[in-house]
Amino acid sequence: MSDKSASAYWAANIRLITICLVIWALASFGFGIILRPLISGIAVGGTDLGFWFAQQGSILTFLVLIFFYAMRMNKIDREFGVDEQ
Amino acid sequence: MDQFTLNLIVVGLSFALYIGIAIWARAGSTSEFYAANRGVHPVLNGMATAADWMSAASFISMAGIIAFVGYDNSTYLMGWTGGYVLLALLLAPYLRKFGRFTVPDFIGDRFYSQTARIVAVIALLVISITYVIGQMAGAGVAFSRFLEVSSSTGLWIASAVVFVYAVLGGMKGITYTQVAQYCVLIVAYTIPAIFISLQLTGSFLPQIGLFSADASGQPLLAHLDGLLTDLGFRTYTEHHSNTLDMVLFTMALMIGTAGLPHVIIRFFTVPKVSDARASAGWALVFIALLYTVAPAVGAMARLNIITTIYPNGIGEASLTYDGRPDWMHNWEHTGLLRFEDKNGDGMIQYYNDANAPAIAAESGWAGNEMTTFNRDILVLANPEIAGLPGWVIALIAAGGLAAALSTAAGLLLAISSAVSHDLIKSVFNPNISERSEMLAARISMAVAILIATLLGLNPPGFAAQVVAIAFGLAAASLFPTIMMGIFSKTMNSTGAVAGMLVGLGAEMIYIFTYLGWFFIPGTNMLDNTAANWLFGISPASFGTVAAVLNFIVAYVVLAMTKPAPQHIQDLVESIRIPRGAGSAQSH
Repeated sequence: MSDKSASAYWAANIRLITICLVIWALASFGFGIILRPLISGIAVGGTDLGFWFAQQGSILTFLVLIFFYAMRMNKIDREFGVDEQ
Repeated sequence: MDQFTLNLIVVGLSFALYIGIAIWARAGSTSEFYAANRGVHPVLNGMATAADWMSAASFISMAGIIAFVGYDNSTYLMGWTGGYVLLALLLAPYLRKFGRFTVPDFIGDRFYSQTARIVAVIALLVISITYVIGQMAGAGVAFSRFLEVSSSTGLWIASAVVFVYAVLGGMKGITYTQVAQYCVLIVAYTIPAIFISLQLTGSFLPQIGLFSADASGQPLLAHLDGLLTDLGFRTYTEHHSNTLDMVLFTMALMIGTAGLPHVIIRFFTVPKVSDARASAGWALVFIALLYTVAPAVGAMARLNIITTIYPNGIGEASLTYDGRPDWMHNWEHTGLLRFEDKNGDGMIQYYNDANAPAIAAESGWAGNEMTTFNRDILVLANPEIAGLPGWVIALIAAGGLAAALSTAAGLLLAISSAVSHDLIKSVFNPNISERSEMLAARISMAVAILIATLLGLNPPGFAAQVVAIAFGLAAASLFPTIMMGIFSKTMNSTGAVAGMLVGLGAEMIYIFTYLGWFFIPGTNMLDNTAANWLFGISPASFGTVAAVLNFIVAYVVLAMTKPAPQHIQDLVESIRIPRGAGSAQSH
């Protein structure tokens, strides 16, 4: 593969990683800890949404993120012709 | 049939299964021994990774850790799962493409430096040995409690079983055994949790039950918060700790998880780069099955204990000593649960006497009468509290042992491959034959088991701190270095070695400052209290800071020295692209 498409492939990967890590941080450090007071108005089963994110939501978000990343990367691999045959 | 016989049968059957699998999956080559010939299906690898990762601490202690603190200890839930996102996105696919067998292998080759390789081996050995001691000790305790042998006899049985399947099967045997161990441990964990959730909330999913209403008509968590406040305890759902420390501790657990060598090497076993990405997801699916149930087990068990002691509500007649249920008697025998009738009224009072509520003075309470309550009881006694049949109790014994043994085996493999592959083959004797290397790997694994057993027999007093340190060290040393090896083409050996040494050094010094030099009591320079911590950062959270120092030092040194040579930059270029991962390669 040419240098140009190699750097475009890597740039696409970095972009995807950045998006995923922003969501990763938002679901755990954000809603689970730092932003919890901001969303404390949303009640969930005897407590608030931040507690749910800290004990359930963050883990579910991580799961979705990994499979989303794996699927998108498979697609990007094929687009740039670098997938494994 | 009595409980002891039942425990013996269920645990015996599970061991027979593990050894049967080990004989079936014997390793015949170094590729099979180190990486299961890279032929493990990603879903099975995910299951094996989950068993590898979830130790005796996850299985036995985590629900209790959350139950007695509540929201603030959500750090463990987020930290120990969030690391898998980092693994899947930042490390696993590239390390799989690189196609070697160990973590120091990558660091040594990528940074074209034997020094870097040796520093990585030292970090790996310190991390893995401290970790494995806790597993062996945990297995010994589980044996002694359920099989009525002494703790040291239990430890020797545990090491004999691990010896058979780890030394014989290497990664291949360990992987397929871990798949079986995962099944045993997850069934053992979830069955009692489902029954308790059904009894308390009517919901058979503990994850839903945690946020449902209980028999009192209010949501379970609100009910629990109310009871805790009445008894002078801190509320369960509110935030009481330092926010900065909570963030840093969660981050340290996340990057520590992603940097643990025995977890990373699991991703060398799958056939393709795309499988490495998906396999991290599958690992998290199987881990989440336990980690989303654990907080429900914690909250429900805490509520159960309070309502058992105060069946008529707080302020009314509480549980009498004569009327206490069988499971309390059973656990009092172990010394992990103790009562003392301080005011001599024949009834049990459980409350926070350091912050005594008004009710205590009104009712003539003379102190908390549940004087010992070991947090590990929560999971182990769960089936008895829920009144489940004896075979479920036996299953918990088998599950706890499966969790300890599977993690110990993974750690032992990481240790032995670092010695036989990275020290003997790469540093001392590059011309060693494959046969001799396998023999060296098996001998070093046997030695590692022996050392772990001996240390497990006389666990150093600081065992608990040491596990936290394993995470801190992995976060401070291996994770940043591997990441820079992939994401920076120009990072050179001087920068990487300087970064690792500064990261490791800063982490050690910060920990020793508060916990004593080499954990010798009395040698600490400052008391380990929040007031003394730098910016309120606890020693356990410092791994995050040390990791940042590692990155900064590496880049500063890089700016002052020559970038990595062209052939290394080409190597980095090639590991970034999945095509051509092919089969195992040796060097």
